[in-house]
Formats: sequence, structure tokens, C-alpha cells
Amino acid sequence: MEMIHLKINGIPVEVPAGSTVLEAAKAANVDIPTLCYLKDINCIGACRICVVEITGARGLVAACTHPASEGMEVFTNTPKVRKSRKTTLELLLSNHKKKCLSCVRANNCELQKLSVAYGADEDRFMPEDMNKPVDASTPYLVRDNNKCIQCMRCVAACRNVQGVSVIGSIRRGFNVHIGSPFDVPLAETSCVGCGQCIVACPVGALTEKSNEQKVWDAISDPSKKVIFFTAPSVRATLGEEFGEPVGTNVEGKMVSAIRRLGPDHVFNMDVTADLTIVEEANELIERIQNGGKLPMFTSCCPGWVKFLEHNYPELLPNLSSCKSPQQMFGAVLKSYYAQKNNIDPKDLFVVSVIPCTAKKFEVTRKEQMRNDIADVDVALTTRELGRMIREAGIDFSALPDEKFDDPFETASGAGAIFGATGGVMEAALRTAAVKLDGKCDALEFTEVRGTKGIKEASYTVGGVTVRVAVASGLANAREIIEGIRKGERDYQFVEIMACPGGCINGGGQPVQSDSVRNFVDLKTLRAKALYDADSDMELRRSHESPVMDLLYKDFFETPGSHKCHEYLHTTYVERSKYSFE
Amino acid sequence: MTEKSVIPFQGTPEQEAQLKEVIARYHDQPGGLMPALQEAQGIYGYLPVEVQRMIADGMNVSLSEVFGVATFYSQFSLTPKGKHRISVCLGTACYVKGSDKILEAVEEKLGIKSGECTPDGMFSIDSCRCVGACGLAPVMLVDDDVYGKLKPEQVAAIIDSYTE
Repeated sequence: MEMIHLKINGIPVEVPAGSTVLEAAKAANVDIPTLCYLKDINCIGACRICVVEITGARGLVAACTHPASEGMEVFTNTPKVRKSRKTTLELLLSNHKKKCLSCVRANNCELQKLSVAYGADEDRFMPEDMNKPVDASTPYLVRDNNKCIQCMRCVAACRNVQGVSVIGSIRRGFNVHIGSPFDVPLAETSCVGCGQCIVACPVGALTEKSNEQKVWDAISDPSKKVIFFTAPSVRATLGEEFGEPVGTNVEGKMVSAIRRLGPDHVFNMDVTADLTIVEEANELIERIQNGGKLPMFTSCCPGWVKFLEHNYPELLPNLSSCKSPQQMFGAVLKSYYAQKNNIDPKDLFVVSVIPCTAKKFEVTRKEQMRNDIADVDVALTTRELGRMIREAGIDFSALPDEKFDDPFETASGAGAIFGATGGVMEAALRTAAVKLDGKCDALEFTEVRGTKGIKEASYTVGGVTVRVAVASGLANAREIIEGIRKGERDYQFVEIMACPGGCINGGGQPVQSDSVRNFVDLKTLRAKALYDADSDMELRRSHESPVMDLLYKDFFETPGSHKCHEYLHTTYVERSKYSFE
Repeated sequence: MTEKSVIPFQGTPEQEAQLKEVIARYHDQPGGLMPALQEAQGIYGYLPVEVQRMIADGMNVSLSEVFGVATFYSQFSLTPKGKHRISVCLGTACYVKGSDKILEAVEEKLGIKSGECTPDGMFSIDSCRCVGACGLAPVMLVDDDVYGKLKPEQVAAIIDSYTE
């Protein structure tokens, strides 16, 4: 690799050719502030907060886009630079609704952090308009453009990373804002609810629609039996809300923290990840052996499901009919569990903790309800759980490790890796391999691991060859689908997760600021926590879990049975791209 | 904003054929969206949602991108123009002579705002910056007719003369 040499504030540094000034400065342990820049997502040099002086260059230069070059002399901390950054901040603050005391992003707001650092005066310039409408039309997201600083990170996430592109910068001058075409509410667009815009937002302009109060109300309602369960990836990220290093598995503390919030039970959603795999592997083998619709697409990611409904409704028959693990858990609780414990399903209040905002939409799906009762009452993001734990005054880091409650405690390692891209595929392959060839002991399918956007592999088991593909990030999903439609790609089984890297990088996960995201690989570190948990386990195949035995023996009979279809499978909805079509 | 026009879209098959030709010409051209929108406006007179959709689908860009460009440049109009186009000059000379009151009178008479078109498609209102007749300030144009030294109370009669 060709290396170049330059000086940052007089410090000599050697970096690979092609590095930006920002990256070169990092190599010299010099931090340059950024706002609009988000590595691999938004690189437009627009906000001017990262300006530096370069000897011989005219004016100030944006470090995030400017290439470092041999012999360059960069100064990141001159009076001119500091004054420019401060004025930039003051101009941004002039049009920023400074409701900072109660903002959910307080203490995790990039604008606030920089304003403190540079002593910016929030009252230097008077605001133009602080009465922009708030869009709370969807069940999962709230956009308050009064807080928006127009960094374009959400637009880039939606347009470039996800290829969904339902928002953009519209109008001009003081009327410029981020919105949907014709300013229609987000709920009337083909937004899939992935929430990648939320985790890209440097301020509090984008947040999930909070359901915390509903949960508090249910907990204090004596007529309700409140049950929490947590998705596989939450254990790998919740610690970040309490200052733990990225990638720390906090399963034990998470369980004890939830228990202290006061619900009746805390269960492990990995159990229904296992159940999903048993059902899905069964469905895959049936489709392969009986000439069913192929390739089969996984259906556990609600962002992906909605993407397909809007963009490729003709491919809905390819989608596995399995409900997602979240919905399966709710269905199990409100059928089998309620019957067994003589509880009226109406008295159960089921709360899922998930890394995802699209799951807040999923719980509202009519076609998944039974007698108008939703499988899951409230879906809470990892961030919302973090806030509830703080509100309850629980000292998270001092908590003891506790275990999930019976009978939904034990799950396989296959269930745990559900939270990372390739994890559902690997889990399904572990079970399908044994179903196709009883003697097959294949366990680790490393070809489908890793954070690459598109992965492909081919496996032959019991005389059957299965070609598989795994994609995360919806722009990658689109590439796979277009390839299939043109006949350039041919698979039997395809796993798609809407968020890049899978649920560990979901739109409901703790928000890490650009200063972290630009230099740390969140996806890999968080996924490692799940793969480590898997490799530490004895039980690594979903169908070998004793809880599966119990569920099928007691209630669901056999995989794919009539009863399974009644409770654990679903149908999908054809949707148009815009409500005004 | 009343961009989803109350006036129904009345595109003809001929116009659609012309638009398809434009899309085909700019489809693979980097930066082709803006000239495509310009030509589309030339064909239809404005850029309704139907036309923006055809361009988005045809050029394989998202509607949010098309809408962003269409609303950024003031030369693009998202509402149709009326049979008679009224333009009130808000340039410096006209403005100090009270042309804002003229615009208000026009808006009041027609029941629409500047940038909009009446539901019957007869009149649309725009403002402009100087038509080079500052000696006649304040000035209003209806189509190609210039009305100078106007008083707000004269506006209604002038507009009425176009409906007779």
C-alpha cells in the first residue's frame, strides 16, 4: 500500500494514500469535529464544522472530504478555525429548537456536545421559524424538523444505504426541510420503518415513537399480567446505553434490570428464534421437495417484509409464511401459555424489547391478529428500555447477572446469532442439514458470516444442493432481487435483513455518535458478542432445544401442522409506493 | 402549499409520448434530471405529481429526488397556469409604490394565493421582479397586457374584463 507523509499540527504522520485529512488527523490522535459526515454513508462536506487550515490552500478546507497529500501541513486548532466552527454552530443553533432539557438525545447530541466545546452562544442569531409541523404519522417514528440541522445524514441513509428514498431535501431558502415528496406524511409513503435515519441523526430531530408510558401503565395495572421478552441482539447492545464498551454481552444484567422494572416475567426471545427456524427449515425443505416457490425469502425482518410489499408485491409468494420471532412469541404466549396457565389472553400485556423500529409497525399488522388481539402489545427499542431503566433509578453496572424465567429460558446458539446478518441463514442451515441427512454434523457455516453486504454460498446435504444468498441493507436486497428477476442470480434460499449488518445495527439500537461510528466498526464488534455466545453453548441447533420438544408435544403437534399455520404463520399485504397513487 | 392541484391532470397521449421521448434521451445522462424536468414543463406547462412520477419511474430515480429538484428551482411550477396569467411586479419601484396591496387585491378577488391557479383554470397568479416599466409603477401584467399606475380598487374590474 502506498503511504504518504504529512504533518497535523506539526505532528508527522504516515497514512495510506487516499486517506482524507480527517483520517490522517485521527492517525495523529487529533480529533476534528464532524456533523454531516458519516463514514460510508454521507460524505458531502456541507456543514463546514470540520474545517481546517492547510498551508498554501485558499480559505478553510473541509477535512472530511479533502484528500491528504504528501508533504501537506494541516492546522486544526487555529484562531481562524475555532472562530469559523463557533459561528457555524451559532448559525445552526439559531434555527434549532433548543428544547434540550427533556430531549431524548440530551447528553448524546452531537450539536450539544460541540456547542459546549466551542462555547457557542445559542442566542447570537434570532430564529426564523420554529413552528414546522411534526410528523408522527407512523407508529414507529417522529420527525421534528424544528430540531433538524439539515446535515442530510438521514437522507443519505434512506437513499444510498437502503435504496428506499422516501425522504429528501425539499424546497428552498428558509423553507428547505427534510420531507417526503409533496410533503405527504411518512405513513403514506413506502417507508419501511427500518429506523436507519434515526440512528444516523446527530440531534433529536428523529426519534422512535415512544411507548414507554404504555408499559409503565400496564406494569402498575393489577389486572394485567405483564410479560417482557428480549430479542437476541439486545444483550449485545444494551450495555452501550450505560457506558459499557461496544460489543459487551450484558444478558444477565439486562434480565435483572427488566425484572426490577416490575413485570411478571422476563423471557428469552431466542426461544422463538428457534421456533422460527424449525418452522422455516421445514418450509424450505417442503418447497424444495414439492416444487414450491423458490427462492424462499426469510420473513423475520419486518423492514424487509414491508419493502417487498411496497416494491415487489409479485414476489410475496417467495416470502416464507413464518411470522417473525417477535410475533411468534406473542402468539405462543397468548395461545399455548395463556391456556396452560388459565389466563384470558386479553389480560396478558406482552412487551417485546427489540433492536428495531419496524417491529413497532409489525405489532399493528391486522393480518397477524387473532380476534383483534395483537400478538404483541408494545414493542420497545433497546433505547427505550435503557431510558426506562434510568428512569427507575437502577444502577445497571452494579446489577447481578440473572437468568430468564421458565419455561422460556433455554434457547440454542442458533437462536442467539439471529441478530446478525447471516445468522438466520446459518441457524436454518444447521437444522435443515440434519433434517436432510441425519448424520450431517455441519455446524458452522462461516461463508455466510461477516458484515459484507451480499454473501453467497452453496451447500450439498443428503444429495440436495442448496444455493443461498445473504444480504443486509436494502440497497443490497434490491440488487439481489433485480439479479433474480433478470435470471442472473439463482438461489433456493435467501436471507435478507433490512439494516446493514443485521439487527445488531438496527434502527432501535443505541445511537453512537459520528465520532465513534467514523472510526469504530460497530457491526463487527456487536456481532462478535452474539457469535461468542453461540460458540460457548452446548445447545447449538434450534430443533434440539428442549423448549421446542415441549411446545410441539404440548401444543403445536409437528412443524408445519395446521395448528402451526393458525398461530405461527401469516399472509402479506400488497402495498403501493405512495398513498396518492 | 397546494401542490396536489385541485385541477385534475389532463395530460394527452401525445404529451405522454413526448415525455417518454424526453425520458429516453436523458435516462442514462448524469445530471439529466434537471433538463428532463425543464422539457417536461415545456410539454405540460407545469410539473404535476403524475408527470413527476413518470419521470421518476422512467429515469430510475426516486420521487423524493425529483420532487427535491422540482421544488428547489423557482422556474419549476407544480401548479398549472391559468388561461390568463396574471403577474404582479414586486420589484423595488413597484413595491415602494404599493404593489403588495395590488397583489393582495388580486388574491382576494380570485380567492387563491400567488403561485396558484383558480379551480376553473381561468386565472393563475404569480409575482415577478421588474418588467422594465418602473415609470408606470405599480405594474401588473395580464397575459401580454400591461396595466400601470394601478390602484387596488381597479383590480377587480380589470380581471372581470377577461371573463366577458
